Amino acid sequence: MSIEVQNIRKTFGPFTALDNVSLRVPSGRLTALLGPSGSGKTTLLRIMAGLEFADPGSGRIQFHGADVTNTPAGQRGVGFVFQHYALFRHMTVADNIAFGLNVRPRRERPSPAEIRTRVERLLALVQLEGLAHRLPTQLSGGQRQRVALARALAVEPKVLLLDEPFGALDAKVRKELRRWLRRLHEEVHLTTVFVTHDQEEALEIADEVVIMNQARVEQVGTPQAVYDHPATPFVYEFLGNVNRLQLPSRGFAQAEAFDVNGGRFAYVRPHDIELLPVQDGFDGELAQLRTVHTAGSVARVTCTRHHAADEIIEAEVSRQRLTELGLQIGDSVLLRMRRGRVFAEDFAI
Amino acid sequence: MNATASTSRRILPGFGLSLGFTLTYLGLIVLLPLSAAFLKTAGLTWDEFWTTITAPRVLASYRLSFGASLAAGALNAFFGLLVAWVLVRYPFPGRKLVNALVDLPFALPTAVAGIALTAVYAENGWLGGLLRPLGVKVAFNELGVLVALTFIGLPFVVRTLQPVLEELEPELEEAAATLGASRWQTLRRVIFPELLPPLLTGFALAFARALGEYGSVVFISGNMPMRTEITPLLIITKLEQYDYRGATALAVVMLVASFALLLLINTLQKWSDWRTRS
Repeated sequence: MSIEVQNIRKTFGPFTALDNVSLRVPSGRLTALLGPSGSGKTTLLRIMAGLEFADPGSGRIQFHGADVTNTPAGQRGVGFVFQHYALFRHMTVADNIAFGLNVRPRRERPSPAEIRTRVERLLALVQLEGLAHRLPTQLSGGQRQRVALARALAVEPKVLLLDEPFGALDAKVRKELRRWLRRLHEEVHLTTVFVTHDQEEALEIADEVVIMNQARVEQVGTPQAVYDHPATPFVYEFLGNVNRLQLPSRGFAQAEAFDVNGGRFAYVRPHDIELLPVQDGFDGELAQLRTVHTAGSVARVTCTRHHAADEIIEAEVSRQRLTELGLQIGDSVLLRMRRGRVFAEDFAI
Repeated sequence: MNATASTSRRILPGFGLSLGFTLTYLGLIVLLPLSAAFLKTAGLTWDEFWTTITAPRVLASYRLSFGASLAAGALNAFFGLLVAWVLVRYPFPGRKLVNALVDLPFALPTAVAGIALTAVYAENGWLGGLLRPLGVKVAFNELGVLVALTFIGLPFVVRTLQPVLEELEPELEEAAATLGASRWQTLRRVIFPELLPPLLTGFALAFARALGEYGSVVFISGNMPMRTEITPLLIITKLEQYDYRGATALAVVMLVASFALLLLINTLQKWSDWRTRS
């Protein structure tokens, strides 16, 4: 089931949450809506779910070609998972999961035995067998979110929408749970959209990433594409670390490494910067070594440019390379950029 | 494990002092007068005591006092829930005013309430005049007692429900909606269970307040023996006749019965609360 969003506008008083947003979510894929807080990603998700409605007179929402712009949430066939779980506290895990089935009109409601079987199956799917009779307050955060997911899946939705599903969990559980979600998606192949402000999360598990900023969609693409070819400076800065170098710079050895469009700044990822010793005719941007962090898989160093001392440049090199260079804090070093990007227009970020 | 390791050190000092103060204070303010009632009653022989508390006129007053208080508590639970819901959920002009109005029964001297209600519901009053053709008599009737007790109990339910309603996550309703529940199903299966514990608390408070009410009821009830006399009125009557022991005997019955009922309601409330919060 694909989702088509066409020219959606949403304002809350004077605040514009979505400014003519159009988006196509392909069927059966895991799509991430990524952006800083206030970028409109949650509003967009809620409009897809029917928990919020776009401004009158603005565009349409279609599910697989069928217009659902004015369809209430309960009839859209969406499963929605909230950041803070929104489990019904007075119901057991099993009752929570069965809720969507139990509220169906009698004619469409499965028999109690069938509901029990389905709940069992869902509990197995979310790896919570044996917890059917617990209350939500007796579960950990990660378990609660899996119950919420099972509850959303119980009604056999056509699309699954998750609003910052791992946002309230600690880092380790978050990592486990997102990999688990990816595996779950491989199993059920449900069209899934999840909102996150964590770029690592989006790049790791999504098939497609939609980057939003200030009520607009900045870029849509696979994680690889948006990381390697950011369309705007915002995307560059938002996805991972990036250095913003004032031009001109001697660090760009090959002119073809980036397209020069006459911009004033070049964007370079830390791992695209090479460190060279200041000797025997090497060419590069002269800089001074300021800090070195080696607690990690790679060494992260910061330098200041010789020609613009207030500009701090971050680089990532292997720890072995750093040892070879034998650099001390305060030493001079040459920086060479393997890749970079210049944007014609400079946006204020 | 030795004894010192298992004794946890308190971060904030003063536990002994504050507990001692609490117990002394409660003892002085609550227990001392109450035990005086028991002591005074002890001056009666068992037979005298039994005859006093089971006199037909007294039995009739128990029925009215407990019956009307329970009914008033129930009415307040229902309408108080509605008032709290409207005050929390819907912004409307004058909401602050209505909100302040809810507290009025707290502040009004009960005698004033009684006189006002009597004036309104008497047969020549505004509402009493309208109700008379329908054959409904409020003032100087059991119904009048119920009206007075409902009036004074309303704020208890509203004020206990309001904070809970305000903190109810909208996500719960949204989750129910995306799962296909109708508004009614959401109300009944999701919202109401969350409101049950505070509703029971509000009911218990309104009930307890109604049971002890005297001022407003004596004006509107007409105080007809066997029909519209409440137990507190009989206690006053006995006091006026210098029958102190008889008065305290009735007081003891009221005390024990209301304590037992409140304990029951609190247990119910705890139980419903445990289910949601454990």
